[in-house]
Amino acid sequence: MGWFSKSQDEKKKIRKSPELWLRCKACKKHIFKEDWHNQHSVCPQCNYHGRLTAYERIGITLDVGTFKEINEEIHPGDPLDFVDGKGKYSDRVEETRTKSGLNESIVTGTGSIEGKPVVVGVMDFRFLGGSLGSGTGEKILRAANYAYDHKLPLIIFSASGGARMHEGLLSLMQMAKTCAAVKRLATKNLPYISVLTDPTTGGVSASFAMVGDVHLAEPGALIGFAGRRVIEQTIKQKLPDDFQTSEYLLEHGFVDRIVQRGEIKHTLSLLLSFYNR
Amino acid sequence: MAKKKETHFSNMTPWEIVQIARHKERPVLVDYLDKIFDDFIELHGDRCFSDDRALIGGFARLDKQNVMVIGHNKGKNVQDNIAQNFGQAKPDGYRKALRLMKLAEKFNVPIIAFIDTQGAFPGLDAEERGQAEAIARNLAEMSQVTVPIICIVSGEGGSGGALGIGVGDVIIMLSNSIYSVISPEGCAAILWRDAKFSPEAAEALKLTAPSLVRLGIVDEIIDEPVGGAHTDPEATAEAVKNSLLKNLQGLQKLPPAKLVKKRFEKFANIGHFNK
Ligand SMILES: [Zn+2]
Repeated sequence: MGWFSKSQDEKKKIRKSPELWLRCKACKKHIFKEDWHNQHSVCPQCNYHGRLTAYERIGITLDVGTFKEINEEIHPGDPLDFVDGKGKYSDRVEETRTKSGLNESIVTGTGSIEGKPVVVGVMDFRFLGGSLGSGTGEKILRAANYAYDHKLPLIIFSASGGARMHEGLLSLMQMAKTCAAVKRLATKNLPYISVLTDPTTGGVSASFAMVGDVHLAEPGALIGFAGRRVIEQTIKQKLPDDFQTSEYLLEHGFVDRIVQRGEIKHTLSLLLSFYNR
Repeated sequence: MAKKKETHFSNMTPWEIVQIARHKERPVLVDYLDKIFDDFIELHGDRCFSDDRALIGGFARLDKQNVMVIGHNKGKNVQDNIAQNFGQAKPDGYRKALRLMKLAEKFNVPIIAFIDTQGAFPGLDAEERGQAEAIARNLAEMSQVTVPIICIVSGEGGSGGALGIGVGDVIIMLSNSIYSVISPEGCAAILWRDAKFSPEAAEALKLTAPSLVRLGIVDEIIDEPVGGAHTDPEATAEAVKNSLLKNLQGLQKLPPAKLVKKRFEKFANIGHFNK
């Protein structure tokens, strides 16, 4: 009886203080919010890596005060005048811009990592599921071109559900555009490092995210081309539990290393230290 | 006659065009190989894992000109389609295509890519062997190939599986072909939460050739006979051949460095955004 009433008490306490506690999506345990944030949204109990906003990622990756954003004014148009069952694409864009404070699904700029100058692109899943729209593609092109012109390494953190349907074939073509842009860096022997974070799927997995010189991935990230449900329907068979995770990709040879969030900055710095310019 | 044809096309809804693009009697790659090209010598295998029958290729001659032809291999009947996986390629298919494109580069012959697929195959084995990586690599590598690449969407241009051989100097569509980021059915299921809205999705996606010319993606439309390519495969093949010959002539004048630069710029310029 004692343990029962105690646990009820505890539950009440937790319910009363949501500003202090949160529940881990993966292990369902209650985590002290301060611990969660101190570990940059990684669960101290089960190592679940929660999603970061683009600026949070920049904050823990680049040297303090070195980030200079480029092309931040680029935002989606509505080239198809797209209207679906839920309404107009242009309205959804405005809503998302207001809510997220972002103009597109990627933030790009320059900065340094342990003193080494780089160009970075960081996707933000909150902006229409991190989808690859024309604006996203353009920002990646320009970031890659900046790296090309200034002879700098390029690093892109991906977090995306894939191409942005609301921009039709224009969004599919961003896959080709971004691949051409990062591939051109190779003609000057400039490094391009792709960091795959949760999730990296569809058209983003099948484009710039998967043609890096080095692929790093965060633990447990979902990475894959086709959706799990589509595959299950096609092959009529259940998929392994670890299917399309970072660990699965490492095992099959598509990722160089799985890196804990807290170690990514140093790992990038270490990799760049082997680059003889 | 030409006027009548135009009226006919403008009256068709995108959803009707989707049906023509998928028509079971629509000419497929082997028909074009048979009607347009001579001396086709198929080359097999990706040198890694298998010979994907869903995507095939080899050297051929087009009016005595040497070319490399690659393309999705939709079947003409059920048995063929089962063997050829309905033209839905696995990584092995995309890797074979890249191997053949590199070979074309070495032999200094232009590449002609026929696009006709619902999409890349969504299967456990395809994911395991890196469907995403195989497509991505093709996109990156094709952007730097030093011989001309002509892409022609002859039927269905389905998403990343189509684009996986779709990075060219010229992108041509047959007038009743479609090219889309997602199938109308898939789009309707996600954005309307019901596949019965596929006609609406087909309309919204702007997946027809004239729309894609307006959006600055497609360079040329080949008119099909009234009623669709399947009503007169000979005339369709003739029109395709004429277009290929004309485009090859233009592209072969360009030195390789200029060709690659122009291709890069072509794709760099695709996209509509605000700033
Ligand atoms: Zn946890």
